[in-house]
Amino acid sequence: MPDIHDEDSYEPHPKPGVSHLDYAGEQGMAVEQETLVERDPVKREEARSLWGDAWRDLRGRPIFLISAVLILLLVVMAIFPWAFTDTDPRKADLVNDYLRRPNWGDVFGGGWFGYDAQGRSIYARVIYGARASITVGIFVTAAVTVLGGLTGMVAGYFGGAVDAVVSRITDIFFGIPLLLGALVLLNAFATRTVWSVVIALGVLGWTQIARVMRGAVLTVKQADFVVAGRALGAGTGRLMFRHILPNAIAPVIVVATIALGGYIATEATLSFLGIGLQDPTISWGIDISSAQKVIRTAPYVLFFPAAALSVTVLAFIMLGDAVRDALDPKLR
Amino acid sequence: MNTAVDTAKREREAPYEGPLLDVRDLHVEFVTRDGVAKAVNGVDYSVSAGETLAVLGESGSGKSVTAQAIMGILDMPPARIPRGEIRFRGRDMLTMGKEERRKIRGQKIAMIFQDALSALNPVLSVGYQLGEMFRAHRGVSRAEAREKAVELMERVRIPAAKQRVNDYPHQFSGGMRQRIMIAMALALEPDLIIADEPTTALDVTVQAQVMDLLAELQAEYNMGLILITHDLGVVADVADKIAVMYAGRIVETAPVHELYARPAHPYTRGLLDSIPRLDQKGQELYAIKGLPPNLLRIPPGCAFNPRCPRAQDVCRAEVPDLFPVTEEDGTPLEGRGSACFFWKETLHDR
Repeated sequence: MPDIHDEDSYEPHPKPGVSHLDYAGEQGMAVEQETLVERDPVKREEARSLWGDAWRDLRGRPIFLISAVLILLLVVMAIFPWAFTDTDPRKADLVNDYLRRPNWGDVFGGGWFGYDAQGRSIYARVIYGARASITVGIFVTAAVTVLGGLTGMVAGYFGGAVDAVVSRITDIFFGIPLLLGALVLLNAFATRTVWSVVIALGVLGWTQIARVMRGAVLTVKQADFVVAGRALGAGTGRLMFRHILPNAIAPVIVVATIALGGYIATEATLSFLGIGLQDPTISWGIDISSAQKVIRTAPYVLFFPAAALSVTVLAFIMLGDAVRDALDPKLR
Repeated sequence: MNTAVDTAKREREAPYEGPLLDVRDLHVEFVTRDGVAKAVNGVDYSVSAGETLAVLGESGSGKSVTAQAIMGILDMPPARIPRGEIRFRGRDMLTMGKEERRKIRGQKIAMIFQDALSALNPVLSVGYQLGEMFRAHRGVSRAEAREKAVELMERVRIPAAKQRVNDYPHQFSGGMRQRIMIAMALALEPDLIIADEPTTALDVTVQAQVMDLLAELQAEYNMGLILITHDLGVVADVADKIAVMYAGRIVETAPVHELYARPAHPYTRGLLDSIPRLDQKGQELYAIKGLPPNLLRIPPGCAFNPRCPRAQDVCRAEVPDLFPVTEEDGTPLEGRGSACFFWKETLHDR
């Protein structure tokens, strides 16, 4: 038989056909022997489930690989910023004038990207700024996925009056503009940390996921296997979480991944406006904001944090696109 | 906890006298924007242990809706059951609590669906889904559930069950998938299985294999079986008795071979005549004139009257009961009934 997995065919695993033959022989199923020999358990391990298929599809996509590498890098940066720079991002040394251009020779050094108006290393601040952005992005996305996912699941599964009430509540929240709502909410916090931003965006951002989840659940709920599950005595919880959820989660994952980039941008916007994160937290938004004052004389002070922000947002949107294409080619 | 188990055991030990399932005067309606669609209009049937009842009818005759009402899987609303009883071992399931009803599903009454590919969850392995029956109802461990799944797959003769237990539904052929559906329904050894067109999605050679398997397992477990189908050929060998449905009513009941030999309702007659037969090669195939009635506007009188070759004024005015069918000399024919004013003429073909 021709081997469809050419790239794997050199693997020196033993052909397990013999044992299969024995087994099939015991059962007296000569007809099945041929197909069993073809079925190589090593290869059969992959790409059988929906997720396996999606993963195989993703691995071959350059967009996925690029965005995944970028995101991995950003996450490592957020967790271990000191691994990328020795410079203290908060050290303001006025000897380091912002009018001194970036020193391209000073690779990974404090002066690589130049210094900001207060004499702080822009390179170090770009590195340390990743933590706020990634934290906000990931935790807001986790919060909205859980909150919106549950809400949408309840609305879609129970339908009727429950759906009407839950959907109207969703609509009310949906009507609040994310940025404006966050501005108002964040004003209520005396000191604003990463967590206050996460709470504000989480409370306002779940509606999109809720709507997507509700729609997906409504579709999956009609499927025969849900009716069959009920006919064979599955309870509500089992139907919702074991049978409907895995079939309805794909669009939610796609929307959540793309939205993650949006939350990072929103955090930067809030910080830029002075209502998001505050010093001493290091955030690209704050740095972009403070760079405004010197933009004419030293544009690179603005450029590097802005570029870092753009690349991060882009990476998540690209990842979302790739995941969408892999999970649901119809949406393309 | 213990008492529940004990009661369940006692129930099993003392077999219930009388039919396993007894449906009486069942009505099901669907409230739609255009009005009330009367899908089931007074169905009576019963099934005993070890017995196979075939429910025959075209699409929209109410055969599947009746089954769904028995299973309790109708979406209510839009469906509603204004009248009727569904007695399982003498207890009316329509008046039971939700949880009690859920415990009957899968454990006492199980259902086999038409299209196994869509009735199996595409993202879960068949082993998981089979094992789930035991995990959900019996609370066994994951490993034990897997073993039971393999056992079940072997019982419905899926080759190399051990190797295939972790495969996903789309990796099986249609016949194998339907076997998995059967295995799932059999898992907890229910008293009654409802099979809703179990072989319609399969090709003819596989149909026979699946039907044989089902019949064999039914005999082995002494289960009651309700076989819903529109295919006269499928039921001939396996069914004990047949109920023919039209527009939500049973129009004829009979032991299977008698129905084929001597139908007592013009509709049944028409169905039998529209089967292609080798000895009539070259002749034009008979077809029942007209279309099945719109359930929103079922014609007055006998619902079949607009299509019936024997229709008289009485058929347009009165709804016929299910009359007992007798021989010409008045000898009653056991288990036979026909909802036609002219059953005598139809039976004796005059």
